[in-house]
Amino acid sequence: MKKLLAGSALALIASVGMASAADLTCLITKNNTNPFFVKMKEGAEAAATAAGMDFQAYAGITDGDAAPQINAIENCVAAGAKGILITPSNDSVGPALIDARAAGVLVIALDTPLANPEAQDMTFATDNFEAGLLIGQWAAATLGDEAANAKIGMLDINKDNISVDVARDTGFLVGFGIEVPDLTVMGSETDARVIGHETSQASVEGGVTAMENLLAKDPDINVVYTINEPAAEGAYQALQNAGKAEGVLVVSVDGGCPGIASVKAGVIGATSQQYPLLMASKGVEAIAAYAADGTKPAATDGLTFFNTGVNLVTDAPAEGVPSIDSDKGTELCWG
Amino acid sequence: MTDQKPKAPAGADFEAGLSAADKSVASFARDDKTIGYILRGILRRNPTIIPAMVLLISVICFGIIAPNFMTPGVLSLVLKQVTVTGVVAIAQTLIILTAGIDLSVGAIMVLSSMIMGRLAVDFGIPPIFAVTISMFFGALMGWLNGFLVTYIKLPPFIVTLGTLSVFTALLLWYSGSQSIRGADIREIAPSILFFGNSLKFGGFVITYGGIALILLALAVWYLLNQTAWGRHVHAIGDDPDAAMLSGIKINRTLISVYALAGLICAFAGWVAAGRVGSISPIGFTDINLASITAVVIGGTSLFGGRGSILGSVLGAMIVGVFNTGLSLAGVDDYWQMFAAGNLVLIAVALDQWLRRATK
Repeated sequence: MKKLLAGSALALIASVGMASAADLTCLITKNNTNPFFVKMKEGAEAAATAAGMDFQAYAGITDGDAAPQINAIENCVAAGAKGILITPSNDSVGPALIDARAAGVLVIALDTPLANPEAQDMTFATDNFEAGLLIGQWAAATLGDEAANAKIGMLDINKDNISVDVARDTGFLVGFGIEVPDLTVMGSETDARVIGHETSQASVEGGVTAMENLLAKDPDINVVYTINEPAAEGAYQALQNAGKAEGVLVVSVDGGCPGIASVKAGVIGATSQQYPLLMASKGVEAIAAYAADGTKPAATDGLTFFNTGVNLVTDAPAEGVPSIDSDKGTELCWG
Repeated sequence: MTDQKPKAPAGADFEAGLSAADKSVASFARDDKTIGYILRGILRRNPTIIPAMVLLISVICFGIIAPNFMTPGVLSLVLKQVTVTGVVAIAQTLIILTAGIDLSVGAIMVLSSMIMGRLAVDFGIPPIFAVTISMFFGALMGWLNGFLVTYIKLPPFIVTLGTLSVFTALLLWYSGSQSIRGADIREIAPSILFFGNSLKFGGFVITYGGIALILLALAVWYLLNQTAWGRHVHAIGDDPDAAMLSGIKINRTLISVYALAGLICAFAGWVAAGRVGSISPIGFTDINLASITAVVIGGTSLFGGRGSILGSVLGAMIVGVFNTGLSLAGVDDYWQMFAAGNLVLIAVALDQWLRRATK
């Protein structure tokens, strides 16, 4: 018995010793159910292994729930991580990240920047406002003169004004040509063309319910903005059930492979494609560089963050709005 | 013979004033004609009146304050939106009747629907077999809950709290977090979406899922109220010791209740696939609590032994009426949560008032 205990204690010490040999990268996502974050984790893990770094992944439970993420940040710092990649649920993870930076850890925000610039060394993200802008411009250009009489339904995540929600929502409205007095919250526009904002929880069944509620308010909606492709599929299902699928433009953001397939099938008119695998791999590269010689990543010219790019994917290109077709979108898609 | 009455003292003629005296005899005080008493009696005998009245009143109120609410289109929409919750609430009612609770109903539903979807779409198995296998797995998961409650003797709350996490993790592992797309289902196995089709008459639209909800409610009502098994379920919920002493096989009946609930949840998964048009592993996360809310508002007592299936269906519809009505009235959606919470509190308070022995 004693030999067994001594032997296991030795093995434990030896394994700890071995673990501290490679640099540690931590990835903390909002949850591990959304395929976007699942793909991000896979990309980060592959990039970390290729760079010869150790990798640990953590996740919160739901969008907006910061407590599990704060725990993960503290655990990572305690484990001696060289860098933390995080998709912040909301800004309350800021203080924990500032502490992490003070401890010498490189903090990179993915997909959503934190409001406090001190909380991250760099953000690697899609410009979500530009993503919304592109689909708004596409919708307006496709409708042409009819855009002045359009009836627009907005499917957001929820009413909490999550930054990615606000950016895409207001970006779409501005791109469509609707005046938005306050770009920091949703629903500040007064244009009568916007029928309403409904909560979709970024899920298919939320999209179905939200679209049904919007149609109950006004059955003649002909433009539907959706926060992501699952919500768009739900909206299309509700439109089909109501017999209104023809002649309604459904636009979305994300660019996952199922979503691009929906563009090909005509369910979604246009979608802005973003690149989570690129965010993850570029983030890991930056951490590897920091671990090697302390260089910190730089932002894209003219922006406060590193733009991992966005492309409008549609099979019906509109004038004045650059886009790629669904075949190219399928090559670049994730998930 | 002379009968000499004892001479009464002067001025004390007791008999003379008797005719004016009160002639009534001792009696019980009759207080059972008060409104409260009568009302309580009626409600005890027919507890389903409460949710029925609440539904009627709320439909009328929202018809007045929310534009377009009283139209056939919107009323049909309410039924369509609560169909899946209603089916799960039927399963939940069975378990709550035995003074238990099941927090894992949502996970059982989604995992069964995922199994059905993967078998039919990815492996090309004929939908009828895919559905049967998924129902088998649903019953198996329910059976596991029942086994842990009866033979390992753990409280139902703890058991289902644990199995909720276990089933959710299995679900995420089995599905790889990937949904099964609607387009794929429509192409390969369209009968999975069977319950999404609808009948239209007048302006009303009723989905096959809505019809299935009503038929299932009738079937389970019959099972609970017209069979010996149903009597045993009520008895176990009301007083397990008395039930055991009267010869009811508690363990066997309880396991059958949980297994049947699991089967109904798997059926709910099939209905949900038709409602949403695709199968997603991250969907319906709130249906665990939503089903409990519907059951409680419908008048089923959380302490077991008393409740009705019809009440649970009405409870689900009440929540739906409030959600859709508030949404059409342009009210922010956290008030929907507020309303649902208040309905639960009022329903439980009413149940307690009914249960209290009359003074």
